[in-house]
Amino acid sequence: VPLDAQAAPDVSTSETLTPEQRVISHNNFYEFGTAKSDPKNNAQGFKVDPWTLQIDGLVEAPYSLGYEDLTTAFPLQERIYRLRCVEAWSMVIPWIGFELNALLKKAKPMSSARYVAFETLYDPEQMPGQASRFVGGGIDYPYVEGLRIDEAMHPLTILSVGLYGKTLPAQNGAPIRLVVPWKYGFKSIKSIVRIRLTDTQPPTTWNRLAPQEYGFYANVNPAVDHPRWSQASERRITSGGLLARNRIDTLPFNGYSEVASLYKGMDLRRYY
Amino acid sequence: MASIRITQTQARWLRVIVHMLAAVWLCWVYYHAIATTRYSDPVEEVLHFTGTGAINLLLLSLTISPLIRRFRLSPLFALRRPLGLWALAYGLTHVVSFILFELQLDWQQLLDALISRPYIIVGFIALLLLSAMGVTSTRGWQRRLGPRWQRLHNSVYVAAPLVLLHYLWSLKTIGLEPLLYCCALLLLMLLRRQQWQRWWRRAMP
Repeated sequence: VPLDAQAAPDVSTSETLTPEQRVISHNNFYEFGTAKSDPKNNAQGFKVDPWTLQIDGLVEAPYSLGYEDLTTAFPLQERIYRLRCVEAWSMVIPWIGFELNALLKKAKPMSSARYVAFETLYDPEQMPGQASRFVGGGIDYPYVEGLRIDEAMHPLTILSVGLYGKTLPAQNGAPIRLVVPWKYGFKSIKSIVRIRLTDTQPPTTWNRLAPQEYGFYANVNPAVDHPRWSQASERRITSGGLLARNRIDTLPFNGYSEVASLYKGMDLRRYY
Repeated sequence: MASIRITQTQARWLRVIVHMLAAVWLCWVYYHAIATTRYSDPVEEVLHFTGTGAINLLLLSLTISPLIRRFRLSPLFALRRPLGLWALAYGLTHVVSFILFELQLDWQQLLDALISRPYIIVGFIALLLLSAMGVTSTRGWQRRLGPRWQRLHNSVYVAAPLVLLHYLWSLKTIGLEPLLYCCALLLLMLLRRQQWQRWWRRAMP
């Protein structure tokens, strides 16, 4: 479905876009299978209407959004962000969405709220990966993620409801997903049904599965390798074939250096 | 037991089919990876294809001897060397693709990987073993090495588990596919239990 949005050139990159065909057919969304092509193949019947996104926890005004509200409650912007996967490939994607801080502020967070916890839909009937450990890679479902509140409030952090001028395809996390461009892709949780403000650091799915490999912060950092592979560089997926020379250096915070101040004084080797 | 008969001629045809399938399939995938937009990430595609292809071929080569023994299909022997050699060819293509297309000739990163990434080291050792077997797979080498030839080629029982370990270790989570490969290897090893017992007795007199 086409979706109108205001361009946001000041926060968008001008790098070459990853073709839409690749953005929507190369996905990590283990709820629909662990191979990159599984989500597109297995998510086509996924129902997003009706949908309820609940915002609660340490807020004065908890509320929820229905399917229609997701694209109408907040003014939509188009933002072209780099996406860096922890597997050392990357894309450039024109997202449509709105700043997470707008959604959070509407709920009036209490001063005790220090973290934001996110949760993906749990529906094994629609999501074969949740129904079978063999399809879903043995992850504990529902998928959960979390941000510190200052990360969540940062203007670069958005909730996305579309890409390439249309509503999100199921395999990209329809109807609403998180996009945190300076963190590895797995932080950007898909198909969100609940956003909860908390005073303690919430558990996160990949950290729970392999804490020595995936930290809570998961900031893109070329200086801290994944225990099994280097994070110093990445392959940028654009339109090229096998012979394309697409290996580029990975930048700290995926090139979004304006977020560095959030982590002042923190040892990013320890808090990876 | 139902008797299956395979003639020498049929076995030779099977061998031709093995060669054709392995070669055409490989060319088909690389053609699409290079010249079309069929794959979203052609690099990941060819690495996965050659890696799992090598595993499949290696496991197939290990099914020949049990089949021959069980069903007296001695003409099938003609397939064992081609399957093993194609497993090696897929493995070599896998490594060359990793260096050319994944690392894109970043030798520093290759060196780092060979020193500090266990799953790369494991895969590399397995490939060295397969290469040694491939080089000595001719009749000439068989004659020259005598009884040592069999001992050298028994290292497939080290290489095969290492190849699987390399695959499992490279994954973020273990899904169905790697588990099936492990079951297949386990089955192939169980079919050889008399052989293990013989070796065990000889080692522990």
